[in-house]
Amino acid sequence: MAEERRPKQCTVVLPTESMKAMAESIGVGQLQEESCVALSEEVSYRIKEIAQDALKFMHHGKRRKLTTNDIDNALKLKNVEPLYGFQSQEFIPFRFASGGGRELHFYEEKEVDLSDIINTPLPRVPLDVSLKAHWLSIEGVQPSIPENPPPAPKEQQKVESTEPLKVVKPGQEEDGTVQGKGQGATAADGKGKEKGLIRLKPRSTHELSVEQQLYYKEITEACVGSCEAKRAEALQSIATDPGLYQMLPRFSTFISEGVRVNVVQNNLALLIYLMRMVKALMDNPTLYLEKYLHELIPAVVTCIVSKQLCLRPDVDNHWALRDFAARLMAQSCKTFSTTTNNIQSRITKTFTKSWLDEKTQWTTRYGCIAGLAELGADVIKTLILPRLTVEGARIKAVMEGPVVSNIDKIGADHVQSLLLKHCASVIAKIRPQPDNVEQYRIDYGYLGPMLCSHVMKARTQAALQAQQVNRTTLTITQPRPTLTVSQSGLSGSAGPRTPSIIKVPSSLTLMSPRPGTPSQPSPPATKYIVMATSAGPASTQQFLCLDFHHQISEDQITVSNGSKEKCN
Amino acid sequence: MAAVQGGLVDAVEKKDIKTEPSEDSGGNNNANDGRLLSPPPGSSASAPGGNKPPAGAPEDQQTLLAVLQFLRKNNLAESVEILRREAGLPEDALDLKAGDSAGAGSGGAGGTVDLEGEDASSLLSRVTVSSSAAAQAPTKGRTGLLPTKAVEDQPDVNVVLSAYSQQGDPALYGVYYSGLKRFIESVLDCHRAELSQVFYPLFVHMYLELVYNNHENEAKVFFEKFSGDQECYYEDDLRVLSSLTKKEHMRGNETLLDFRTSKFVLRISRDSYQLLKRHLQERQNNQIWNIIQEHLYIDIFDGMPRSKSQIDAMSGSLAGEAKREANKAKVYYGLLKEPEIELPLDDEDEEAENEEGKPKKKKPKKDSMGSKSKKQDPNAPSQTRIPLPELKDSDKLDKIMYMKEATKRIRLGPDNLPSICFYSFLNAYQGLTAVDFTDDSSLIAGGFADSTVRVWSVTPKKLRKVKSAADLNLIDKESDDVLERIMDEKTASESKILYGHSGPVYGISFSPDRNYLLTCSEDGTIRLWSLQTFTCLVGYKGHNYPVWDTQFSPHGYYFISGGHDRVARLWATDHYQPLRMFSGHLADITSTRFHPNSNYVVTGSSDRTIRLWDVLTGNCVRIFTGHKGPIHALAFSPNGKFLASGATDGRVLLWDIGHGLMIGELKGHTDTIYSLKFSRDGEILASGSMDNTVRLWDATKAFDDLETDDFTAATGHIHLQDNSQELLLGTYMSKSTPVIHLHFTRRNLLLAAGAYNP
Repeated sequence: MAEERRPKQCTVVLPTESMKAMAESIGVGQLQEESCVALSEEVSYRIKEIAQDALKFMHHGKRRKLTTNDIDNALKLKNVEPLYGFQSQEFIPFRFASGGGRELHFYEEKEVDLSDIINTPLPRVPLDVSLKAHWLSIEGVQPSIPENPPPAPKEQQKVESTEPLKVVKPGQEEDGTVQGKGQGATAADGKGKEKGLIRLKPRSTHELSVEQQLYYKEITEACVGSCEAKRAEALQSIATDPGLYQMLPRFSTFISEGVRVNVVQNNLALLIYLMRMVKALMDNPTLYLEKYLHELIPAVVTCIVSKQLCLRPDVDNHWALRDFAARLMAQSCKTFSTTTNNIQSRITKTFTKSWLDEKTQWTTRYGCIAGLAELGADVIKTLILPRLTVEGARIKAVMEGPVVSNIDKIGADHVQSLLLKHCASVIAKIRPQPDNVEQYRIDYGYLGPMLCSHVMKARTQAALQAQQVNRTTLTITQPRPTLTVSQSGLSGSAGPRTPSIIKVPSSLTLMSPRPGTPSQPSPPATKYIVMATSAGPASTQQFLCLDFHHQISEDQITVSNGSKEKCN
Repeated sequence: MAAVQGGLVDAVEKKDIKTEPSEDSGGNNNANDGRLLSPPPGSSASAPGGNKPPAGAPEDQQTLLAVLQFLRKNNLAESVEILRREAGLPEDALDLKAGDSAGAGSGGAGGTVDLEGEDASSLLSRVTVSSSAAAQAPTKGRTGLLPTKAVEDQPDVNVVLSAYSQQGDPALYGVYYSGLKRFIESVLDCHRAELSQVFYPLFVHMYLELVYNNHENEAKVFFEKFSGDQECYYEDDLRVLSSLTKKEHMRGNETLLDFRTSKFVLRISRDSYQLLKRHLQERQNNQIWNIIQEHLYIDIFDGMPRSKSQIDAMSGSLAGEAKREANKAKVYYGLLKEPEIELPLDDEDEEAENEEGKPKKKKPKKDSMGSKSKKQDPNAPSQTRIPLPELKDSDKLDKIMYMKEATKRIRLGPDNLPSICFYSFLNAYQGLTAVDFTDDSSLIAGGFADSTVRVWSVTPKKLRKVKSAADLNLIDKESDDVLERIMDEKTASESKILYGHSGPVYGISFSPDRNYLLTCSEDGTIRLWSLQTFTCLVGYKGHNYPVWDTQFSPHGYYFISGGHDRVARLWATDHYQPLRMFSGHLADITSTRFHPNSNYVVTGSSDRTIRLWDVLTGNCVRIFTGHKGPIHALAFSPNGKFLASGATDGRVLLWDIGHGLMIGELKGHTDTIYSLKFSRDGEILASGSMDNTVRLWDATKAFDDLETDDFTAATGHIHLQDNSQELLLGTYMSKSTPVIHLHFTRRNLLLAAGAYNP
C-alpha cells in the first residue's frame, strides 16, 4: 500500500534572522552566523516538540483548535515557565508590518486610556454554563426541531438537485422505515456499492407527519390571512426554521397555484403575500430551492409581467409588486443560475422578447424593464441603454400625443421614471464626465435631457459617498500600524501611536453620513445594494431608491389590506 | 470523611491480600527503592517481587548493570547481592561499569529536583524502564534538558544508543534499503505483505543510525526518499522523526526512546522469514541483518502467511504487534455472582414500597436475576479474588431499585432503537472536558478547562448540602427521617460548583453509590469529592504529570487513573498511596476503564495499544494492537466478554477478551471517538464522536457473526469482514455539538452529552 501522497513532511526551520533579532532583544549583539544556524535548528526542534505535546492537550480538551493554554500546559510539562500574557481572544494575536525592507510580526499592545475604561459601562457578564436537554432521536427517528440540525443540509440538497445520480444521503431519513443502511457512507466508501441501489429507488412523495401537516396549515393560513402580525410571524418561521425541507414541495405548489388563481382574479394583496412567502423561502439558509424553481419562477415572472394584477390598475400600486418580484427574480437568477439550467439567459430572453413586442401593454413593459434592470449593470448596459431612444419615442407619443387613456399615461410615466432610475447610475459610470444636455438628447432622444439631470445627480451622490467610503476605510484601517507606516512614508517609527490621526476622520464620519443619507437603510435594503450594483461610487443613489421602494411596497401591503377584505 | 471510614471497614478483611504488595514496597525501607526494584524488565511489568530478568541479551545485561549500580550507589548492598546472585553475574561485571553510571544516578535525581524530589525521579524511571533494555534511559530523557549534566551523562547515553554507533557507509543506507525493497517487491505475492512489515521499523532504525552518527544530510535524503513508502498510519511518528535531525535531539526524545528501548514486534510466517533470511545472508547484507537482530522481535509462526488486510488490521501500534504469548494468560472475564440480597431484598422491598403488590414483584425479579439460578460461571473469578466492599443497606436499596427499573427496561435491537436524549452544555466556551452520569441517571457532572467541576441534578430533586456540625447537633437523631433532616434546605439548588483543581479537569467519575465524585486534572492530582457536603475529601497525589482519565470500580472503593507519566495506578479511596501501578505503555495513558467484575482494568494509550491488567497480580494479561491513533474511548460489554475501543482514527474496534482477538471493526466516524457505551443488555453499542454524531451499532450481530475456530484462536489471525455498513443502525447528527459522553439509563434510554460550540 504505497498509499496516496501525503503532504510533505515539514522540514521548516526558523530563519537565522529571527535568532539575531531575538538575541538583540535580550542584549546579545553580534551573534555569529554559525551559532545562529545551530540555534535556529535547536529552537525549531524544541518548538515542534512543544507543539506536539500541546496537541495532546487539545485532544484531551476535546477541541479542534489549539489554544495558547495548550502551549502553556505543554511548556509546564517540560518544566518550563509558561508564557504569560498571551491569552488572546484572537486566533493569532500578531500584527504584521513591513517597511525599509524589513518585515516584522509583533504583538500589538495598545495604549489604553484608563478613564475610558472607567467611564464605559461595564460589559455584560457572560452567561453561566447551563444544561439543556432535547431529543436527538426518538426510537430511531430524529425529530426536526430547531435543536437538531436540518435533516438535509443545504449542500446535500444542492448536490441532490444538481447531480441526482450521485446522491448519498448522510443523516437524512424521513421514511422512518429505512434504518440508516449505508447512510454514514462517505462518498468514497459507499458509492460503488450504492450506485445501483439509488437509481432503482422510486421517488416517492414524503408522508408528512401530523405535526407537519398542522404546521403547514397554520403557516399557509397565516401567510395569506388578514392578520399582519400573524403573517410576520409565519414569514419569520419560514425564513428561519431548519426543518422545512420535507414541506418544501407543498409550499412550492401552494405558491404556484395561488398565483395562478389570484392573477385571474386580480387579487393584488394575495399576490403580494405569496411573493413574500417566496422571499422568506429564499432567505431560509437551510433550504435549497433549485428543485422547485420550475414552479416558483413562473409564479414570480407572472407577478412581474402580467398585464393586469389588480382590479383598479389606475389606483392600486401594482408597480411595487412588480418591483418586488423583479428583485426576487434577480436574486434567484444569482443564486441558482448555472451553465446547465441557464436560468438567467432564459429569463433575459423572455423579458426582452416581450419588451420588443410592439403590442405589449405598458404594465408588461414596465415589468420587463424592471426584471431586466434588476439583473445588474451589465444587463442594463447591453440591453436597455441601446433601446432608450426607441422607448423614449414611445413614451413621448403617449405623454405628448392625444390622450388615449389614463391608464396608458400612468404606465408610460412609471416606465419613464423606472428607466431614468436604473439607467442614470449606469450611464454615470460608463460616460465620461462633461454631461451635455444636447449630447444626451442626440444619444438618447426624448429621455435625454431628463437622463442628463439624473446622471448629474447620481454623480454628485457618488462623489459624496466615495468621500465617505474613503473616510470610513481610513478609520477602520488607521489603527493598524501597517497603513500608517505606508502613508506617512517613513519607516515604522511613526507607527502605532497616532491617536490624533484617528480622531479626526472618525469625527468626520460621525458628522457627514447623517445629512447625506436621509433615511437609514433598513437591513433588507442593504442586502439589495450588495447584489444589484457591482461596486463603486455610483451606488448611493440606487441604494436610496431601493430603500425608498421597499418602504413603498410595505405601505402598499397595509393599504391594500383593506381592499382585499372588501374582495372577500 | 465518610468515604474513608466506609472504606476502612472493608480494609480490615482485605489485609490478607492487600498487604502483600504494600509490604513488598514498604518493606524495602523507603518506598522509593522498593519501587525501583519492582519493575522487571519484561513486558510483564510491575509484578512486585517476582522479577527474574533474563540475562541473555546484552541489553538486558546492561539493564541489570545499571540497576545494580543504582542500588550500590544508594548503599543497598544487600539488594545488590541478591540481584547479582539471581542474575548470575560475576562480581566484577559491575565494577566495569561502575564509573559510567555513578554519574547517571545522580544525574537522574538532579534532573528532576523540581518535581517531587526523589520520588519523582524514581517514578520517572519507572515510566520507561518497564520494557526491556536501558534502565537509565528515562533519567537521561529528563536530564537532556539540563545541559550541565549532559557531559557526565554522555557515557550512559551511549549505553542506550550504543547499538547505533556501528559505522557503515552512510551513502549505502539508501542502497541497502532500496535493495531490500526490490527484493520484497519481487517475492511471491503471498509473502510480500508479510515481508513489507519490515520496512517501517527498518526505515526508522536506519534513519536513527544515520542521525546518531552525525550524517545529517544523508539522513535527510534517506528520509525524503523513503518516508513516502511507509504506511499512512505511521504518519504521526514520522512527523516526530522528521523533526529529529541531530544527535543532540535524540537525547530526551520520548518517541525515540520508545523505539530504542522496545523491540518492534513483527509476526511473520516461517516461510516468509526463511526467505528474508536467505536473501540477506546471500547478499551479505549485514547492516540490515544487524538491525533486524537487534531491534526487531520476529514472532515466527507456522502456517499460511497472512494477507495484507490481516496485517493491516493488527498493525499500527508504536512498537508493532503484540507478541502471541502476551495474550495467552487466562482471563476471568465472567461476571461476579450477584450478591445474595434475596432475603433482605424482600424485606427492604416491602418497607420501601408497600403499595406495590408482592406477587407482582417476585416474577420480574426472577427474570432479571436469571443469573442467580445459574451456577458460577466457569470464566468468572472467584468471589473473593479481590476483596470488595461489603454492601451497605443503602447499596442494597439501590440494587432493588435497579432491578425494578430493569424489569421496565426496553429490549433493544435493530428494529427497536433507543431514544436519545441529548444534554447540551450551553455557554461552555469550548471549556467542557469531561462528563459523567450517575448509574441511575439522576446526576450529571462536568469537568471544565477552567478547573471547575459542576454537578447538576437532572431530576426535580435538588442538590442539598448536609447541615453544618453545629446545626447537626440540634436535630433529633432518633427520628425516622433523620436522613432527611440532616440536609440543609437553604442550600438546595439545581447545580453545585466544586472548586479545588488548578488545571483543566480531564476525567470525572461518580461512585456507584452516588456519594462521591472523582476527578482528575492537568495539575497531576485526583480528587475525591463528597456529594453530601460538596467539598473535597482527598487529593490523591502520585502522578506528577497531567492525569488524563480516572474511573471508579463498578463496586466502588477502588479506582483507576492514568496519565501522561505512562503509568496507570490503582487506588483505594482510603489509601493515599496507590495499591498497584501498571506500567508498560510506551506513551501517555489516555483512557482507563474497569472491567464489570472489578478484577481487571483496561488502559488505552497514545502508543496505540490497549492493555488489560490483572488487578490482583498487577500483570498485563492482554495487549491489543490495531488502532492507528491514540485511544480515547473504551467500553466493556455488560457480560464482560468483549471490549470496544475508539480512537482518534475514527474507528471502533471490538475485542474478544477471552481469546485475545480482534473481532470487529466499525468504520463510519470521521473524527476522534470520545465515548462508547453498550446498552444495558449489550445489544447495541453507541459511539459518540468529535464529528458531532452519535452512531448506533448492532452489537449482537457483530458478536454473533464471529467464528472463532481453534485455528484462529491459536494463531490470532483474523479475517475481518467489512460489514460496518450492515452493523450501523443509525447516525444522529447534533448541531455542532461534539459528543463526549454517552450513558444508557437503567431502562435503556440513551443519554448523550456535549458542549454546544456555535
